Amino acid sequence: MPKDHGIGASSKRREDIRFLTGRGVYTDDMNLHGQAYAVFVRSQVAHGRIKSIDTSAAAAMPGVLAVFTGEDFKDVGGNPAGWLINSRDGTPMREPKRPVLAHGKVRHVGDAYAAVVAESYAEAKDAAEQLAADSEIEELPAIIDMAAALADASIRVHDEIPDNQCFDWGWIEDNRAAVDAAIKAAPHVTTLELVNNRLVPNAMEPRASIGEYFPGTGDYKLTTTSQNPHLTRLLVAAFVMGIPENKLTVVAPDVGGGFGSKIYHYGEEALVLAAAKKLARPVRWTAERSESFLSDAHGRDHVTKIELACETDGTFIAFRTETMANVGAYLSNFSTATPTFLHGTLMAGPYKVPNVYVNVKTVFTNTAPVDAYRGAGRPEATFSLERVIDKMCRELGLDPFDVRRKNLLTKDMFPYTTPVGLAYDTGDYHATLDKAMDMADVAGFETRRAASAARGKLRGMGLSTWIEACGIAPSHLVGVLGSRVGLYDAATVRVNATGNISVMTGAHSHGQGHETVFAQIVAEKLGVPEASVEIVHGDTSKIPFGMGSYGSRSLAVCGVAVTKAIDKIVAKGKKIAAHMLEAAEEDITFEAGTFSVAGTDKAKTFGEIAFSAYVPHNYPLETLEPGLEETAFYDPANFTYPAGAYICEVEVDEGTGKVDVVAFHCADDFGNIMNPMVVEGQVHGGVGQGIGQALCENTTYDDTGQLLTGSYMDYAMPRADDVPFYNVDYSCQTPCTHNPLGVKGCGEAGAIGSPPAVVNAVIDALHRGGYTHVKHIDMPVSPSRVWQAIHG
Amino acid sequence: MHNFDFVKPASIADAVKALASDGAQALSGGQTLLPTMKQRLAAPAVLVSLTGIAEMRGVCKGDGGLHVGAATSHATVAKEAAAHYPALAALAGGIGDPAVRNRGTIGGSIANNDPAACYPAGVLGSGATVVTNRRKIAADDFFQGLFSTALEEGEIVTEVRFPIPEKAAYVKFRQPASRFALTGVFVAKTGGTVRVAVTGAGQGGVFRWTEAEAALARAFSADAISGLAVPAGDMISDLHGTAAYRANLVKVLTGRAVTAAG
Ligand SMILES: Cc1cc2nc3c(=O)[nH]c(=O)nc-3n(C[C@H](O)[C@H](O)[C@H](O)COP(=O)(O)OP(=O)(O)OC[C@H]3O[C@@H](n4cnc5c(N)ncnc54)[C@H](O)[C@@H]3O)c2cc1C
Repeated sequence: MPKDHGIGASSKRREDIRFLTGRGVYTDDMNLHGQAYAVFVRSQVAHGRIKSIDTSAAAAMPGVLAVFTGEDFKDVGGNPAGWLINSRDGTPMREPKRPVLAHGKVRHVGDAYAAVVAESYAEAKDAAEQLAADSEIEELPAIIDMAAALADASIRVHDEIPDNQCFDWGWIEDNRAAVDAAIKAAPHVTTLELVNNRLVPNAMEPRASIGEYFPGTGDYKLTTTSQNPHLTRLLVAAFVMGIPENKLTVVAPDVGGGFGSKIYHYGEEALVLAAAKKLARPVRWTAERSESFLSDAHGRDHVTKIELACETDGTFIAFRTETMANVGAYLSNFSTATPTFLHGTLMAGPYKVPNVYVNVKTVFTNTAPVDAYRGAGRPEATFSLERVIDKMCRELGLDPFDVRRKNLLTKDMFPYTTPVGLAYDTGDYHATLDKAMDMADVAGFETRRAASAARGKLRGMGLSTWIEACGIAPSHLVGVLGSRVGLYDAATVRVNATGNISVMTGAHSHGQGHETVFAQIVAEKLGVPEASVEIVHGDTSKIPFGMGSYGSRSLAVCGVAVTKAIDKIVAKGKKIAAHMLEAAEEDITFEAGTFSVAGTDKAKTFGEIAFSAYVPHNYPLETLEPGLEETAFYDPANFTYPAGAYICEVEVDEGTGKVDVVAFHCADDFGNIMNPMVVEGQVHGGVGQGIGQALCENTTYDDTGQLLTGSYMDYAMPRADDVPFYNVDYSCQTPCTHNPLGVKGCGEAGAIGSPPAVVNAVIDALHRGGYTHVKHIDMPVSPSRVWQAIHG
Repeated sequence: MHNFDFVKPASIADAVKALASDGAQALSGGQTLLPTMKQRLAAPAVLVSLTGIAEMRGVCKGDGGLHVGAATSHATVAKEAAAHYPALAALAGGIGDPAVRNRGTIGGSIANNDPAACYPAGVLGSGATVVTNRRKIAADDFFQGLFSTALEEGEIVTEVRFPIPEKAAYVKFRQPASRFALTGVFVAKTGGTVRVAVTGAGQGGVFRWTEAEAALARAFSADAISGLAVPAGDMISDLHGTAAYRANLVKVLTGRAVTAAG
């Protein structure tokens, strides 16, 4: 019988009741007395010098309360990059200031350079249109292509950065000579040049913020679409606005998806706070979808050359990667970590490979900023590795399953330190490979291929054996790597007087299901019903200082903080029970919600202990504080390393080039599973996004920096009929060795492991159809690209 | 969106009168016009809704074919034309998503004449007649290039009359993002006459592929067009497909439409 309660049960997501019945409360749902509306004026050109902005006409328009330009924020601090990366020569990265509103220059289409606040949204829109007309912006030549940006010093995104390069990073620089030598001496080298396509995050809820200022106390409040309210508060208060954190509350209420894009602090948040103070009225802003396309931090956007050196039997000798990573026009908060420590450190994959070197040049261009997006760096690493391995197998006529099997680390090798600096704690990569092959009925492929052929379709199968580092992250390690923050998390467990429980978490749920899963853990550990546990998140005035949700960290970091706080509750409960039961503390056991004296029938329920803590009539007040509330901070000792094997089958229509994903099998190792249904949902969503990247999504700027795919008319999101019924398994479990829950994190896995499986399957189908000249197709593998490749 | 006035007349005559006022514009399903207004690319002073006009709504079998009121939604056509003209019903049922099909109308679609829209192919491929408040216009004369038609100022489409062919099919290849037709081909055969209308591909909007029509009139099979080539020079090229790709689609989809028509 599967469990129906607590850890391991597929408890239904309690938050879905409000989400699915329209009762969620998102930022834009909140209406405040006296609120005013902000509308931003955004650059129409990719690069331009702001000659003048005449605000007088706009300011005089009906309903207009205030007009802001970049000049108003010249003196406030810049929005910082969260990681300092040093170049190979030891020099620190170039770090141009990111202003609240652009001044001097605009640097990408959609760069906000002014804002209007008015009584109504319509009045603000009208005035913003006027302000745009009254702004003189001299268009400058824009630089969009990364190679051109590095080569052409005449066009500079930031005038002070001559070569448009943020940094030139080597990982690990000490490996470089050995890797070069190994590649030179290798019997076979496969080279692949590829593009990891830029993606627009497209959270269902666009970004939205409401600023409030309370003149009576001097307090501010920011209600905003954030994945990490405390981080946002730190950034907007301490770094940008110079407001003491204790005077600012940040609330991230229901948030409709983030996928990374809502980790970062954006200028709009600072603007609504400044405007609220100036007007002493609430000021609100909700992005239009077209603003989201232009101004949310985008994802991916690497141009990569990868070389795989191997023996003729496919035994790996070395990987060497040269990548250009686009950071866009400004450094978003995590933008420097994503292409480096979330990418380069994964370039050994799950493999036994002695020589690995990665070079990443990050480049400023006149495009929207690029930052972490579901998977963040790890999908880029996995795609490069799994594609080049697939290409090598074709060149040498080797079976891709055998080659993976030969090179995968074996389970007796853990803990294993890779040549790129990570220490994998545990895993069994052959188990997930075997499982996936079993699920996919690899042996039966030929029959399925023949059936597809009878229907006029080419069929192919693609494999990807992936690993990632998540549960982000051990502070001591990331500190060494350049992080300017710690990456612990925190939780407070407050047992209320009658025994029900409020848990305040630093993690923020924006669709993941924390309210359900964390409650399951608490219920299990304290032996209480799930329904008596409430998870409180998203409000800095309520929750302890945690770092929020991204990098598949909520369970593996904050979930562990919850269990540590529970341990403290139980320890205190034992003291109270010992007093009440007149026994020694060491003799008290706690099980299934009951404190008992070992070997006797003397017992107190959890509720009785809680009540006694708050009504301490019979209580050891001389030695113990009343109350039952504990906080724990947890900083992980290592990353967690989920891994798995994905097998994709596609059908290709030769006439149109259309690819259909007809089967997708996932065998994942996420360590211990708290809620199987939630895990499946995360994998489904991640693989859906991966298929979206592989087949549909394409962010295209033209040469002048106009975003050609700025709406759903041209930006193809994956839809239900683009994805198959997924076949998901997580029964191969090697529990994480360094957290007490043994969990690894599953939020990004699907998006990391799936794109190469899809592309490998397409190439396989084309080869089986006789189109052996096709070595690679860049994502998105759209119908026209497939057709072009066939006829190329 | 800018402010506007809204009127909902109950007769064609009242609608025409209302449209004579300054800055008035017809509103049917609003699936094109409202997004355009939201983007502030259109700012009509008065919207004259056509969907309250009973005589402009519904599908009925009339003399010589199927009459579809201009304000009839795609969903209604998908349902009510199915027994009479399955190819047309299928075309309507393949437009957009359920919300779009429940609001969008045939009149709005052909008056707009989006180069990637489906109905223009159905109307031209069927050799239908477009009825307006002033006259009857043959499909061959109605569509006049991208977003342009024979309609004059103040003229509204009231009905579309479709002759019902012996065999017909519409095959649409969806643009991956918008799901409009990247290319769509409507083939209709009546006696010795075959019409092939192509949407989504041509630089001049919907067009008839006359070489294919001639070949198919001789032999109505996909093989009949295998020797033909579509000149890529007249095709649209954009980020979803080059001109050569679209030229290929025209041919591939025409063959598939012929096969589907049976
Ligand atoms: C998400 C989405 C997906 C879509 N997908 C498809 C698709 O796959 N295929 C496809 O073909 N279409 C598609 N459409 C378009 C849709 O089918 C509508 O038919 C189309 O937008 C116009 O019809 P409407 O009734 O909404 O017209 P409206 O938006 O009301 O009007 C459009 C224009 O026509 C004028 N007009 C309206 N009615 C008349 C009339 N009777 N006489 C004269 N002028 C008139 C209006 O003044 C306006 O200029 C899609 C639309 C959306 C929003």
